[in-house]
Amino acid sequence: MSDQKKLSTTVLHPFHLERNANMAEFGGYDMPLWYPSGTKAEHLAVISQAGLFDTSHMAVLTIEGSGAFALLQHSFTRDLRSCQGKNAGPLTIGRSVYGLFLHSDGTVLDDAIISRLGAERYMIVVNSGMGAVVCNHLKELSEGEVHLVDYTDELGKIDLQGPASAAILQHLLSDPEQVLTDMSYFSFKGDIYAGGSDSLELKDGTRVIVSRTGYTGEFGFELFTLKDQAGKLWNTLLDAGESFGLLPCGLAARDSLRAGAMLPLSHQDIGNWLFGNTPWSFVLPWDVDRQRWTKSFVGSQQLLQGDRDYTYGFAGYDPRKIQVGEASEVQDSSGRRIGRILTCTTDMAIGRVEERIISIATPTSSGRPDSFQARGLSCGFIRVDRACEPGEQLYLVEGKRKLRVEVRNDIRPDRTARAPMARMRSS
Amino acid sequence: MKEIDELNLPGDIYYSKEHEWAAKDGEVIRIGISDYAQDQLGDIVFVELPEPGSSFERDEEFGTLESVKAVSEIYLPVSGEIVAVNGALEDAPELLNEDPYANWIVEVRPTDIDQYDELLSRDDYVAMLKG
Repeated sequence: MSDQKKLSTTVLHPFHLERNANMAEFGGYDMPLWYPSGTKAEHLAVISQAGLFDTSHMAVLTIEGSGAFALLQHSFTRDLRSCQGKNAGPLTIGRSVYGLFLHSDGTVLDDAIISRLGAERYMIVVNSGMGAVVCNHLKELSEGEVHLVDYTDELGKIDLQGPASAAILQHLLSDPEQVLTDMSYFSFKGDIYAGGSDSLELKDGTRVIVSRTGYTGEFGFELFTLKDQAGKLWNTLLDAGESFGLLPCGLAARDSLRAGAMLPLSHQDIGNWLFGNTPWSFVLPWDVDRQRWTKSFVGSQQLLQGDRDYTYGFAGYDPRKIQVGEASEVQDSSGRRIGRILTCTTDMAIGRVEERIISIATPTSSGRPDSFQARGLSCGFIRVDRACEPGEQLYLVEGKRKLRVEVRNDIRPDRTARAPMARMRSS
Repeated sequence: MKEIDELNLPGDIYYSKEHEWAAKDGEVIRIGISDYAQDQLGDIVFVELPEPGSSFERDEEFGTLESVKAVSEIYLPVSGEIVAVNGALEDAPELLNEDPYANWIVEVRPTDIDQYDELLSRDDYVAMLKG
């Protein structure tokens, strides 16, 4: 469209056009919203088989040097000495962690996944358009010897998500056992440039990072490769996945999958306001007694001061939605306006049986009736001015449209993101 | 997304600027959404229909369509009374994606039949889409 401002494109843009994707602007990029298969089929494919997402719009930085650890401890909300696993161990090489970068006033600059590539070398993945912003933020805070590089325009990133992901990926790997056996959630293998941990190449020589992470709540991988190899990797994965029902998926399915999985969208569900009472407070470095921080970091004092709103997940009782915006609001059962909607979408894989939410992935032995057909439930996040209990009934209101929803700690049941690798490889 | 010349736009029905179609069938006019509308919306997951017997003015909102991404109002292209709604859409809203012409949304008894003749022909509608 000629009247639009010039949008960035990912290296896979021609592949999306070739497949007749419905394109739309997101984060300054012209991205696929859905392919001709449609959002619903894409969403369901990720729950039942697998889906492939172009996520090359995400920004990738590396930080290296003797001052790298200290800079991340000072700027990132996770304590890298005690963020890994149930026993709160340090972030070791080959492991990743999710957290936030805050402004000095305690509001959110962006969320990020940090992966430890080497002894003094880390990869930081932030949101679309945020590479330069986070890079400059870190440079300003930097004191010791630190080398920061923005690789955003040099890499392609492809997410393979869904229960069949390992079965598909192992077709591409020369040594699947070496890569996949015991690969735990939030761990990765490979490096793109020399100087890090062991490099990993696919059968066809493509150098990749395979990371067991994602943004759908389902089992799968994020794959990073050099830009000029991304098109080949995209096609190779689609070919390998064809017999498994793999579908290329757009951002609409990515949004509905992540909302059902209770994952926030940066700058929409978290952003330029005080991060406090949210479903994601695990990203803060709480002491064991949850009274104080285990370290001091940018924004750590301001974070607990001032009026803080409450953010909750919600799910409705049918697929209907209320649009996010100035015209809509959240009311409690007395009709008082208590806040606004941050995200409202429809998770097409779930429905209610009586009051209980059931997914198409819920085993029949766990209560999914044989006759179950998911009609979809509206879900998302709200920001309100008072605490709510799970199960509290609220209303999303826009003009004469009024939707009853329930405050939830969790939305789509029976997700596979954390399932043991051995189970996912054998199913 | 379909190019304009890929759209299925039958020549024997009329269209509105809001992408509804209208087809006269005896005393009533059937209303649905065009192929362009369903293609733009993407997968339709919920259809909110009016009560039979209710009346609406021309261009008044009479229901909503929901895709995974958005809520869209549907507007009545002619004033009149709703004499029937297509209840099958409540259980299977995806019918609107599969065949937006076989699957009408409401039937209207028009109060002013001249409004029907004021709607867009296929050629006018295509010209509007091409801008």
